[in-house]
Formats: sequence, structure tokens, C-alpha cells
Amino acid sequence: MNDRSEKPRLTREHVLDLLRHMLRVRMFEDRCAQLYTQEKIRGFLHLYDGEEAVAAGIIPVLSDQDRVVATYREHGHALVRGVGMDSVMAEMYGKRDGCSGGRGGSMHLFDAETNFYGGNAIVGGGLPLAVGLALADRLQEEGRVTASFFGEGAVAEGEFHESLNLAALWRLPVLFVCENNRYAMGTALEISESETDIHAKAAAYNISSEAVDGMDVVAVETAAKRAIHTVRDTGKPYFLECRTYRFRAHSMFDAQLYRDKAEVEEWRGRGPIVRFQGWLLENELAHPEDIAGIESEIRAEIDRVVAFAEASEWEPVETLTEHVYAMEAAQ
Amino acid sequence: MNSKPAAQSAAVETTYREAVRQAIRDAMLRDDRVFLMGEDVGRYGGCYAVSKGLFDEFGPKRILDTPLSESGFTGAGIGAAMAGMRPIVELMTVNFSLLALDQILNNAATIRHMSGGQFGVPLVIRMATGAGKQLAAQHSHSLEGWYAHIPGIKVLAPATIEDARGMLWSALEDPDPVLIFENVMLYNRTGRLPDGADAVQIDQAAVRRPGENISLITYGGSLWKTLEAAETLAKDGIDAEVIDLRTLRPLDEDTIVASVSKTRRAIIVDEGWRSGSLAAEVSARIMERAFWNLDMPVGRVCSAEVPIPYARHLEEASIPQVPQIVAAARAAMGV
Repeated sequence: MNDRSEKPRLTREHVLDLLRHMLRVRMFEDRCAQLYTQEKIRGFLHLYDGEEAVAAGIIPVLSDQDRVVATYREHGHALVRGVGMDSVMAEMYGKRDGCSGGRGGSMHLFDAETNFYGGNAIVGGGLPLAVGLALADRLQEEGRVTASFFGEGAVAEGEFHESLNLAALWRLPVLFVCENNRYAMGTALEISESETDIHAKAAAYNISSEAVDGMDVVAVETAAKRAIHTVRDTGKPYFLECRTYRFRAHSMFDAQLYRDKAEVEEWRGRGPIVRFQGWLLENELAHPEDIAGIESEIRAEIDRVVAFAEASEWEPVETLTEHVYAMEAAQ
Repeated sequence: MNSKPAAQSAAVETTYREAVRQAIRDAMLRDDRVFLMGEDVGRYGGCYAVSKGLFDEFGPKRILDTPLSESGFTGAGIGAAMAGMRPIVELMTVNFSLLALDQILNNAATIRHMSGGQFGVPLVIRMATGAGKQLAAQHSHSLEGWYAHIPGIKVLAPATIEDARGMLWSALEDPDPVLIFENVMLYNRTGRLPDGADAVQIDQAAVRRPGENISLITYGGSLWKTLEAAETLAKDGIDAEVIDLRTLRPLDEDTIVASVSKTRRAIIVDEGWRSGSLAAEVSARIMERAFWNLDMPVGRVCSAEVPIPYARHLEEASIPQVPQIVAAARAAMGV
């Protein structure tokens, strides 16, 4: 990904890649929702349904050496980053072949190989971590970028403000990505923030920022290229607000009393997949059989990873206290 | 840990503060990955003057003055540790560490486990702790015992100048997060540090005074009061053994149990509040492993259940003092 051009590179191959990323996340999570009702997946399950264009537009622009810090709604980030779908699904099951050995679950996907520093389930808790990763890179003179994803709910946390200040003050290569889906659990943006134009807050810390339509994968990708190139060139942080929407409940326990069905339906109509797919067909960048082909490949992959997760062993309970400390003796 | 310094001539007179500074300086010289960050650690020289001079010697890239953002810079220390550095985060005092508790408990302590062992956090967090300087309720906490509740971190309480000098390097070599609590009343304490003093082990408690009749178990700032109490007791013919826990997590049960099994009596001296204290934990471990060796119930001398007050006489009355330790030991001896 050394393409320095910020112009959308809409070759047939590339647009199908973008679509594939989004469909892979959507279809994976649809299956997760089913598996949840079958009680194969337990605990909390936060779906990214509606927000796929953010991860799909940003993460492939990062290089392999760059780092990603995500939230508890991070299945999409992990899959787009290249964490194996088999190990993600096994983690959803809590099996030993899961990417966190069954100890993390849906909210704590980690993968050292792809520099994926986890789902973090404390709102705002990942931002200081991202600052620290970037600080290490600055001190070790590594040219990496750390992408820190968080929701607009995190903006009300002190850790958000502390982290933006530190990153700007110390000139750290952090890409802050606010996934503004308009609701912090059930609390609408208007009733949680005095300033709802979130990207404007970055100016208070001397951080360049922009807001982008987070339902448009091409717009997100274009903004991401600009943002990541800026971070790499200047070594300074950059703030990207992606305005998006969560089609499903906050988690599987949410009755959604706080918003109208009509509002959800209206947003669904301009969903990132339906919109991009329609546009591709209309402009003959893709044919219906291309899309059907991609979908059937993904379906086969999902069937494979479900079988893999089913067949995977449970971590023996004798290992319960492993990985608390590096050395067993410290227990 | 029982060994005496080899020869008086091979030792230098120093302070606890200077020993901590030497430890930091030595670590910075030994390992390029080590850096110090915290509030006023650089240009100001450290709230307790521990890092005085280090900014001039190592510069702003390795001695980082931070804004008042405890959660932010503690989290940054965690991230930097995960990415290959060996940060020393100074939280100024335990009182302010509460603002970083989310990062310490939810990130530093959990990431190794949550990630199935893929990521570790080789971070050291230092802070001052304890009462005694008339700083009132918000600046006099002793929360080491609280932190010792948390799996995933280690908790050290250096009480001696050797430990102030030697524990830091061992903590930095540890692949997991280590919290070091320095009692504020110890910084000015003077003593002789053997020439060439180096790293010390951080796994075991130390017998600071061998004795036969009763075990006085303590740590940190209370060690010196407990040793003084032991000397008073000696005049009454009571030979007290004084155990310095040194490491509050993981607890060195074997040293505690061996001592109590020999003396058959135990008093725990702990500057934390009594309810849910580290003293309660030590007491429970004694019950679990040495109950049948006890001649008397385990006793405790802890802080009074009160926010630490400002006025000197009230503050003194709220934390363990020598006469209380002596009285508790005498009661346990039935004299």
C-alpha cells in the first residue's frame, strides 16, 4: 500500500476488494447473531452492522507494520486487518484455537502477528494505549502509524481529551478515528455532547481533522489516505470522524427503546453495502454474478470457520491461571 | 537478606531518596529502552526530589514531563511497554494513582491474559504512599493492599535503602507490570549502602530481626516502627522476629509460615485501614497454613477507620505507632 495518490483508485479489482471486505464482515456477523441465539456464542455481542465502510475504508490503507487499537465492537476491524476468520470465530466460541485462546471473547480479539492490539471494552480505554504505542515508535524512530478506533461515546471520557493532548503535545503518529454512530449505547449524541460536531474538538488540541460520510466506503478510503499520509509525513496525529450508523441493537440485550424503527429503516436505505453495491452495478463496475460469486465464497468461508470453531477443543481448565504472569511462579 | 554489609569502609552513607535516584540513573544507563515519565519529574526534579538532576543528564527524550493526565500517561506507559520500551511511570503519589486506576486494572493487569499470552506489559509504576506529613485525607492514603488484590500485577514496598536501590532494576527486568510503593516518611532516611549495591530479588520476604517469641509482620514505612517496637520488647525479655514482606504480591507465604510456626504468635502491622486490609490477607494465610501452630489468635495493628486528619496529634493517632505495636505484642504474650 505505497500508493501516495489520494484519488479513489476505482479499478474493478479494487472496488470488488472493498465490497468483499464489507460483505465478509456483514455476513460473518449475521452468522454470529444466529449462533448467539443458538447459544454457541455467549457474553456480550456488539455488531458492526452498518459501520463496515469505516474499517473497510481505513484499515487496508495502513501498512503491515502499522498498529491498530480497537473497541469492543471490533470484529470488523479484526477481519479487515487480516486476523484469520477461523481464529476470530473460535474466539467467539471461547475455544482454545481462538485468537485470544478463548480468554478474551468477542470484546477482546488480539493478534500480535497483525499488530492488532485488541478490542478494549472500557469506553475510551484504548486511546491512551494507542498514544503509548506511538510514543514507543517515536522514541525508537520507527515510521509506524497507530490507528485508534473509538465511538463518539468515548469523546465524553477524560481519557479522550488526555490522549489527544498528549499525542499533539508530543507529536505522535496516531490516527484517531471516531466512529460516530450517533448513540452511546442508548444515549443520543445530542443528549451527551454540548458540541455535536465532534471533529471540531480536535482543533482545541491543534490536531488537523475532518469529518467524512462513514456510509460511503470510497469517501472513507479517500479521507483515510489523506489522513494516513499526513500522519506519516508529519509524524503528527490526525483526527478523522466517520459519520455512520448502527443498524442493530447496541448488544444482544438491547430493546432499542431510544430510537424509532423508521429512523433505523431510513439509515438502512443508505447502508454502506447496499449503496456501494448499487453504485457498482449501475456503473457496470461489477455484475450481479460478481457479487453472487463473492457472496458464495464468503458463505463457504463462514461454513468452514464455523466447522473449525465447533471442532476446536476447549482450553483445559487446568490452564486457568496461565497468562496472568509471564512466569507461572509469580502466581 | 539477612546478611550484614561486608565492611563499614565499603559502604557509603546515603538517603532512601538518593538510593531511588541512583536506581533510576543506573537503569537509564544500562538500558536504552528505559525512560521516566510523570508529573514534574524533569525540570522540577520530582515532587520528592527523587529525579533531581536526571533531566540535565538524560534530556527531555528520556525524562518526560507530563501534563496532569494520570490515566493518559499511565496508559501511554502501558502502550509503550507493549511496543518494546521499558517505561518507568511516576504517579507522584498513590492518591493520584486513583485517576489511573482504569489503566492499571483494566489494561496493565489484564492484557496478557485477555490476549491469551500474546502481549505483555513490562512496565514499572512508582509512587509515594503513606501518611505522616500532615497532608490530610486526600494526600495520605496507603492503598498498597488494594493494589495487591489484583492478579496480573506485582506490588513492591521497599522499606530499606538496599531495596530502594535494588528493587527497581529487578522490576524493570520483570516481563509484567510492577508497582513500587515508596513510603513518604522514608525518603529522608539515611543509612549505609554497600559499595556496588545492585539489584535485589523481588520474590521473598526478609527476616529483618530474628527472634523466638513472636512474629511481627510488616512492610514499607511501618518496618522501622516495628523494629523499634522489637527493641522495646527485648528490654522486657520478649524476643520478637520482624518480617519485612517486601513484596506484597505475590506474598511470600513460606517465610511468614516458617516464622509463625517457630514463634507461635503473630502480629501484623499495616498502615492500610483494617477492613479488607493486606493484614487481613496475611492473617488468613496464617490460618490456612499455620493454625495448629498458633498459641494465640493473630493480632493486627492497622490504621484507624478514618480519613487521615490534618492535625498532628490526630494524624499520629490514626496510623500505627510504636506504643501500639508494643502493646499488641505484650497482649499476645500475655504480659
